[in-house]
Amino acid sequence: MRAPSSILPLVLESVSFVAGGRAIVDAISCEIGAGSRTVIVGPNGAGKSVLMRLCHGLLRPTSGRVVWRGVGTAAIGRRQAMVFQRPVMLRRSAIANLEYALALQDVARADRTRLAREAIERVGLGHLAGRSARVLSGGEQQRLAIARAWALRPEVLFLDEPTASLDPTATREIETAIAAIHACGTKIVMTTHNLGQARRLADEIFFLNQGRLAEHAPAERFFTAPATAEAAAFIKGELPWT
Amino acid sequence: MNSLHEAFGQAAALVASGDATLIEIVLLSLRVSLTAVLVAALIGLPIGAAIAVGRFPGRRTLIVVLNALMGLPPVVVGLLVYLLLSRAGPLGALGILFTPTAMVIAQTVLILPIIAALSRQAIEDAWSEYQEQLRSLGAGRLSAAFTLLWDTRFSLLTAVLAGFGRAAAEVGAVMIVGGNIDGVTRVMTTAIALETSKGDLPLALGLGVILISLVLILNAAAYLTKEAAQRRYG
Repeated sequence: MRAPSSILPLVLESVSFVAGGRAIVDAISCEIGAGSRTVIVGPNGAGKSVLMRLCHGLLRPTSGRVVWRGVGTAAIGRRQAMVFQRPVMLRRSAIANLEYALALQDVARADRTRLAREAIERVGLGHLAGRSARVLSGGEQQRLAIARAWALRPEVLFLDEPTASLDPTATREIETAIAAIHACGTKIVMTTHNLGQARRLADEIFFLNQGRLAEHAPAERFFTAPATAEAAAFIKGELPWT
Repeated sequence: MNSLHEAFGQAAALVASGDATLIEIVLLSLRVSLTAVLVAALIGLPIGAAIAVGRFPGRRTLIVVLNALMGLPPVVVGLLVYLLLSRAGPLGALGILFTPTAMVIAQTVLILPIIAALSRQAIEDAWSEYQEQLRSLGAGRLSAAFTLLWDTRFSLLTAVLAGFGRAAAEVGAVMIVGGNIDGVTRVMTTAIALETSKGDLPLALGLGVILISLVLILNAAAYLTKEAAQRRYG
């Protein structure tokens, strides 16, 4: 599925992020490769969201390096997109929010309309295209955020707790959309503290605990035979750190 | 109470009579203040946006100064613009002292800090909410500033209205640079000051009632527009 000029793998070299004297991300080294769905799990405050922002480039590491190792890395920003826990929609119609994102990437006007339309249909919101984005429900806004990210045709899609504030129905719709995007060949990297969701979506698991990468394993092995006591405790729902 | 009662009667009679001088005064007031608001908004909103999303040395000082300038005394602004425009002043050659243009300039200077400071606050609040999303989508600071200006348009309307209220209500600046010349630069506030000093309190109060009513109507219209738009856009 990968284009020959893939920007992946993404390599983290001893990346730390310190804020207020506390290492929120503590010397993490890892490699995120193409293809699979990578899910970052861990308790609240483990540093999942910060790690994701470091990968996406919204934050600069205090020390260490975040490197896209693939070729054709001239325009990294355009080849990765991110969906946040709370989507921020502009005060304009749903479809105009998608067109706005495309315009920022210098997509020609004629293509914008077509790509935006395709993306909004893909998440099942075609009938709400003309509605103002900010009056949509939380679940609809999050699907719209996914459509907005997808319209950019990113090679890597980061999702930070995309269903944390949604009800089960909306969560299912989001998971379906994520699966569809992955099926189209986009690399998925997401965080969640919902283990059920991690089981449903993950190919590989990064387990974060107190800013450190405690375990990195294929999803099946992580859930059936976790290598560390921390991970085992997290899976069992016994959280010694709370 | 008696004179208040009389004032409303006088105001009603004035409006009903359709007195040409009165209409002229009211229209000049509106023309001067609305033009000043338009110019101040065109300059002040981008300044507010630039300070809101910009990162430059002296930014915090600038914000404090701008906030302080919201309380500029109109007479002082009038005096400064007077010095600029008087025959011996740097812009004396323009020959616009004691014209409506001079009044527009003075009011623009007066309300520019109000519009810039209030819009800076509104846009900065929005920026903290939008920042990550806009940066993730690839927006630079300049395009983010324009996006925020449009997205906070309903809040900015309040900032502009505050500017208009200040311009329409002030007397010191227009008095000094306009001169309150009958039929040329006499506006409602200067007419009120004049009639009061002449002792014609009912007429002064009548003009006051008209002035307040106009400001009220404009604000009501703006509020209703804002409310309807907010219901539609969220």
